[in-house]
Amino acid sequence: MDFMGYVRSDGKVGARNYVAVVPSVTCANDVAQAICRQVQGTVTYLHHQGCCQMPPDLERVTDTLISLGCSPNVAAVLIVSLGCEGTDHERMYSELCATGKHIEIIHIQELGGVSNAIQQGTDIARRLMIEVSGLQREPVNISNVVMSIKCGASDTTSGMASNCVIGYIADKMVDLGATVIFGETTEFIGGEHLLARRAVNSEVGEKIFQIVNAMETRAKSIGCDMRKGQPTPGNIAGGLSSIEEKSLGAIMKSGTRPIQGVMEYPEHVTTQKSLWIKDTPGREPEILTGMAATGAQCMLFSTGRGAPQGFPSMPVIKICGNPNTYQRMENDMDLNAGCIITGEKTIEEVGEEAFVKMLHVLNGEMTKNEAIQYFSAIDIHCLGPVI
Amino acid sequence: MVLKLALKVNNKDNVATVFANDIINGTEVEIRDQVGKIERMHVIGNVPYGHKIAVKDIHKGEHIIKYGEEIGVATAEILQGEYVHIHNLDSMRGRGDLD
Repeated sequence: MDFMGYVRSDGKVGARNYVAVVPSVTCANDVAQAICRQVQGTVTYLHHQGCCQMPPDLERVTDTLISLGCSPNVAAVLIVSLGCEGTDHERMYSELCATGKHIEIIHIQELGGVSNAIQQGTDIARRLMIEVSGLQREPVNISNVVMSIKCGASDTTSGMASNCVIGYIADKMVDLGATVIFGETTEFIGGEHLLARRAVNSEVGEKIFQIVNAMETRAKSIGCDMRKGQPTPGNIAGGLSSIEEKSLGAIMKSGTRPIQGVMEYPEHVTTQKSLWIKDTPGREPEILTGMAATGAQCMLFSTGRGAPQGFPSMPVIKICGNPNTYQRMENDMDLNAGCIITGEKTIEEVGEEAFVKMLHVLNGEMTKNEAIQYFSAIDIHCLGPVI
Repeated sequence: MVLKLALKVNNKDNVATVFANDIINGTEVEIRDQVGKIERMHVIGNVPYGHKIAVKDIHKGEHIIKYGEEIGVATAEILQGEYVHIHNLDSMRGRGDLD
């Protein structure tokens, strides 16, 4: 089975053809945003990290930004550096150049300030955009796809409808030789034993218990009942009573195939195939960034209460499990899985519809959040304090 | 009459999820399990869309089971048909307040 994609010099295949304008630190956001507003076809990542952090976090931010640039949906990169940040902008530049893509870098301080940087950056981004804008899509095997999955603004329909649809597609994509990545470690709590049973070996099984334990320990260290944090007030209003209930519904979206291993948050896919976990929190800005950094060309996103957000360089397909929400928020929802709850369709029927939708999106069709550019709230997940 | 539907996901479950609007104290709902077996029950309490009811009596301290797995513990005696949520179900995980 094929889809139409952009074949990159490193052999990866994109479903989009963006020039990414990447701020190496939050202090470069305004310049990156101004360039991006001016040049059609560019995307930026307005994160809040990159300085006054502990060294492991600075490395994590550097690695995540590199991985975002490595994504096959990105054709070329302009790094916008302030000049004095904590992230390693030189390593960012050299590692991204190794992909064979056209990479440029500007430094705001060196160029004499914001307005000069915006002007130079705009000229460079325009050049990059013209350079890549003529690239053509070609048929490539679907095994080149890295599909990420996530659920957000969940309610009790998520675990009984929309997550089951994604689980169906996850199994299908694994069987077609593609890569499927799921995360949200917080939402393994209470269901980790079921995931560990699906691990390819005991080492991977132990790693699953270990990342869940680390996440739960971080939550418990605050000294209160985790509820209201997870499940969120919205989850609770939607009928989810505990993190265990939320988790058991959430892991439905991982399907049934064996789990090959656990990727760290900043990592991108190199040779990984089949089903993998990425250690991420559940909150949208951080997990969407983490999944885009994986190199995922698209995301299937299940929701019950109606989560509208997407990501700049990764189309996000919204599958809504709650028939009432779908009716209210059809403008933001790409697919209705609520008909499973009402008994009008089966999981398999909606699963096939969603699979076809995903193929269209991989071929270039825009998702609802993508078309209105609802994707500016993004961030990189860090572990230590801001200092 | 419009069908008032509740779904039970797994045979081991002692709760079902109600997918109907306007469920108030005394409303009769139809609980369907995975194989389509139907059981009727009167609801105790007002149950919002997507919330749970007990399909059998659950004693205080007993586990509450959904998807065939533990989702928490009963903090009160719960009667068959009664609304089950955070007022009578306690999470057993992420409880920094209990350490």
